[in-house]
Amino acid sequence: MENTYSRRSFLKSSLLSSGGLLLSFTWLSSFRSADKMEELQLSEQWNQLSGYIKITPDNVIKIMCPNPEFGQNVMTSLPMMIAEELDADWKNVVVEIAPFDSSLYARQFSGGSQSVRQAWKPLRTVGGAARQMLQQAAAQTWGVPVNEVMTKAGVLSHASGKTATYGEMSSKAAAIPVPKDIKLKEVKSFDIVRKAQKNVEGKKIVTGKPLFGLDYQQEGMLIAMMVHPPAFGMQLKSFDASQALKMPGITAAFTIDVFPDTYAKDSFDTCSFNELVVVVGKSTWEVMNARKKLKVEWMPLPEKKETVNMFGRKVEQLVPAGLENTKGHLEKMKEMSAKSAKLLRKDGDPETAFKNAAKVIERTYTAPFLAHNCMEPMNFFAHVTTEKALLAGPLQAPEFAERTLSARLGLPIEKIDIQMTRMGGGFGRRAYDHYLVEAALISQKAKAPVKLIYTREDDMTYGIYRPMYTATYRAALDANKNLIAFHVKGGGIPEHPVHANRFPAGAVDHYMVEGWEIPSNITVGAFRAPGSNFNAAAEQSFLDELAEAMGKDPIEMRLELLKRAKENPVGTNNEYDADRYAAVLQLLREKSGWGKSENGKYGRGVAAYFCHNSYAAHVVDMVMKNGQPYVEKVTSVVDCGIVVNPDAATNMVQGAVVDGIGNALYGALTHKEGAPEQSNFHNYRIIRNNEAPKKIEVHFIQSEVDPTGLGEPPFPPVFGAVANALYKSTGKRFYNQPFSTEFSNS
Amino acid sequence: MAKFSLKINGKIRQVDLDPTTPLLWVLRDHLNLPGTKYGCGIGMCGACTVHLDGVAVRSCQLPVSVVNKQEVTTIEGLSVTGDHPVQQAWIDHDVAQCGYCQTGQIMSAAALLKSNPNPTDEEIETSMSGNICRCGTYLRIREAIKSAAKK
Repeated sequence: MENTYSRRSFLKSSLLSSGGLLLSFTWLSSFRSADKMEELQLSEQWNQLSGYIKITPDNVIKIMCPNPEFGQNVMTSLPMMIAEELDADWKNVVVEIAPFDSSLYARQFSGGSQSVRQAWKPLRTVGGAARQMLQQAAAQTWGVPVNEVMTKAGVLSHASGKTATYGEMSSKAAAIPVPKDIKLKEVKSFDIVRKAQKNVEGKKIVTGKPLFGLDYQQEGMLIAMMVHPPAFGMQLKSFDASQALKMPGITAAFTIDVFPDTYAKDSFDTCSFNELVVVVGKSTWEVMNARKKLKVEWMPLPEKKETVNMFGRKVEQLVPAGLENTKGHLEKMKEMSAKSAKLLRKDGDPETAFKNAAKVIERTYTAPFLAHNCMEPMNFFAHVTTEKALLAGPLQAPEFAERTLSARLGLPIEKIDIQMTRMGGGFGRRAYDHYLVEAALISQKAKAPVKLIYTREDDMTYGIYRPMYTATYRAALDANKNLIAFHVKGGGIPEHPVHANRFPAGAVDHYMVEGWEIPSNITVGAFRAPGSNFNAAAEQSFLDELAEAMGKDPIEMRLELLKRAKENPVGTNNEYDADRYAAVLQLLREKSGWGKSENGKYGRGVAAYFCHNSYAAHVVDMVMKNGQPYVEKVTSVVDCGIVVNPDAATNMVQGAVVDGIGNALYGALTHKEGAPEQSNFHNYRIIRNNEAPKKIEVHFIQSEVDPTGLGEPPFPPVFGAVANALYKSTGKRFYNQPFSTEFSNS
Repeated sequence: MAKFSLKINGKIRQVDLDPTTPLLWVLRDHLNLPGTKYGCGIGMCGACTVHLDGVAVRSCQLPVSVVNKQEVTTIEGLSVTGDHPVQQAWIDHDVAQCGYCQTGQIMSAAALLKSNPNPTDEEIETSMSGNICRCGTYLRIREAIKSAAKK
């Protein structure tokens, strides 16, 4: 997902001259009181230096994490950045997720692998500003010049022998105006950043503390569940809840109109089914049972046109009528692939180059819809009254959700309070706010606090799926097997995946990219590295096959193209840095022992990709186990600039590799007569422990470049590396995901 | 509705509810023990794993009426202060990403080590294959189990 909304001042919170004591009792602080606080038996008396930093007189430092946490480690890594410049003692730092508050914090959004990158300077500045306020307080107290006050690990000192803890100076510091010029540390003098720090919520996670949205409780809270049409392209005709209402514990049954046709949708208001039937009751099991007693009739949805405000740009979207099928999708994609499409980039004269080629290689790749399948199904708590709305739960994009809720509830923004819980996974799915709106409308109608819970089946069959994709790659070789032209034509239902200015754009004289789209009533959205997660599969498989046709080693062939892109780039709008791209491949060649005979037992596949400002490459080592392909070992190299929290970053890359292998081999959401054919983990295959590699070795390029994304970049190239390893293992090229299905059919 | 007297984490807890209610929802909705997670409701993901007389079971598949006198242990009762060797190993290896599945993973791992204190790699992989981790932390889960086994 592109990060296109305005960059607001991160500093505004630190520029609030807060001062004084702040007693903070949001539900989050009482609901998840910090372990360290419990151990230290401290009073919750905080001096607030900014919206991000509070310090007790006993020198405990609380840092608020502005961004929602879905496993990407922001609750640890973002506070580390603040603590670094604050010169705090990390042992004395406790972390809390900040409330969503656009007057105190900016960019409270998780997605697009941007959290660390966008916060790198602003959050360090927040830490540095607070440190300078503490230094100022000490200077005033001791009557010494401020530039003589030193800081280290939460202690202020002066050459005269005077010392004070941050806690001792915090009350005075809180009254000092926030300084304007903040000097940030040199990378080499970091004490906290670039050193492995453990997950700040690790203990709470392993002891089962109520961290997640589904764990949220409030006095008098009811449980709600919804029923949606069984198929995309259907809508509600009528319902009879008389039997359901007779079931024990049931308090209400009604319909809600999530986004009526008169509502102008915002960027993350994607919604599959506008009208839902809802059952409300006292406990989850009672509501689940009553839901089965609903008698609901459905009818076809007519075609409609929607205008969506996509990050400030009005986009017309056609939602066609009809019940769609995967078989039909594949046929339509084949048809569209044969036609010319919208031109997205053209260098040189590709048509002539292809005409004059000694050899043309053309291959077509496909991939299915994918469901996100976050382990915590969609859910949200809402308590809406005529005056205000409180919402609490797992979400990635609170700022967008708040705007939408305001419009749908008819309440001003300042009357809407959104609390962010830890998310049991996100992967892009929780950027879409329909489930918050549903919870809010249910609470409004039921006149009670409610928690809306999706069952796993609801979650999987009401998807905002990864689109279905295809791409045809063509390459022209001259008589000396030199690559002279390259052509990508990508399409999707309903979005194409193509990124026109990525490698190998810039490395080939005659280059052309086209894209086409087929409208659909199946809802799609961001899924870990949108577009890239397919492009890297298709493009990197194609480059492997192309290298073979050129008689070249696949890594060497990529390096030659990158050399060309570096020395004499074609075009001016090439997104990637050829040197950084090449460096990742070179280190991978070394670390994986590429071409070494001791790796001969493996079918080895390599792939590399650039996305979300970072570079990632993998060598996948495959063997056949019980007649099935098994990835035994993976070597990964990533350049994401400075690695803020190295062990957590390694964990993230390992997870992306496992996720990539799983989705490449098994992931698929198919449709029959508009209905998803998979509904739970018995028929949607997720990679399991015994299918994960024995070893995933992760190497980071040692860098002092400002950090870039990590949650998404290592994911896409896994698909290509798996495809290439399959070729080496079986002698057959794989073009259609999921590969395990293609393997079984071969 | 029916009354049940359950032994959970060493304490007797009384509930009065529909006898078909799965233990998962008894724990989460009625006994304020939210550490046991809902993931699939059909016994396919392992997020709801608890111990029944020391054996790992999927609480979403266990109607409260069949629990009887069997002792239920949830993540909240695995250890008093959260320092069971498996929990400690999970922290040492910084296993969690989103963390949602990890209480179920830990309950499965603790039951495995109880019945098989020195499992082979293959035994670990096989017995942990009922627990899905969407973040893909399987390698760290295995390493944490091996560390806990040494203690």
